[in-house]
Amino acid sequence: MTVRVQAEDFDVGTEHAALTRGKTAIGGVALFVGLVRDMAGGQPVSAMTLEHYPGMTEKQLEAIEAEARRRWPLDDVLIIHRHGRLEPGDRIVLVATASAHRDAAFESCRFLMDWLKTKAPFWKLEATPEGERWVAAKESDDAAAARWAS
Amino acid sequence: MKILYFAWLRTKIGVASETVEPPAGVATVGALVDWLKTRSPQHADALANSKVVKVAVNQEHVPYDHPLSPGDEVALFPPVTGG
Repeated sequence: MTVRVQAEDFDVGTEHAALTRGKTAIGGVALFVGLVRDMAGGQPVSAMTLEHYPGMTEKQLEAIEAEARRRWPLDDVLIIHRHGRLEPGDRIVLVATASAHRDAAFESCRFLMDWLKTKAPFWKLEATPEGERWVAAKESDDAAAARWAS
Repeated sequence: MKILYFAWLRTKIGVASETVEPPAGVATVGALVDWLKTRSPQHADALANSKVVKVAVNQEHVPYDHPLSPGDEVALFPPVTGG
């Protein structure tokens, strides 16, 4: 399994080691870890709850991974996305791409994050001093994903 | 036909899912959304702005002109905000 949707935290070192173990053709791994920020829109955030669409989430992440593998020569890909209640500093998402050379690893890692943000069915609910609010999608995220259109 | 609601669509409408039987003329996702608006003031409010109501049929993103088939699982949700 290279796509995991889970409530539990993950350990970056453990995942990195598992991804590369015994695969000496890999020349580099690009690894992105998304974290919960303590501020959003000028307001403090005390917690964030991630809702998702079980079934569709996995399906979309697998499709995005397949698209990355089609575009770049990747030895391995790992996507972990958490759901449920998280606090500032907590890890939300891990995307790791392994390839013989760094360009494929860097570019595909960026691609996966950009596409994940506009296609994977997750929604963030932030807790702030003024109450809970659903995070609005950003146009900049759409623009980032559109860069990869083809 | 099973309809799923997520995020603020779920909280505004008040249920996470419902089973509905739209009339025969409701043949596309767009027609379904318009018909769902007539079910209650809460539906009408939640579905008022189609720019922020995205649709998946059988767990794939689809546009409003997508045709519907009996037994489809239709999900309505705001633009996604994961990552």
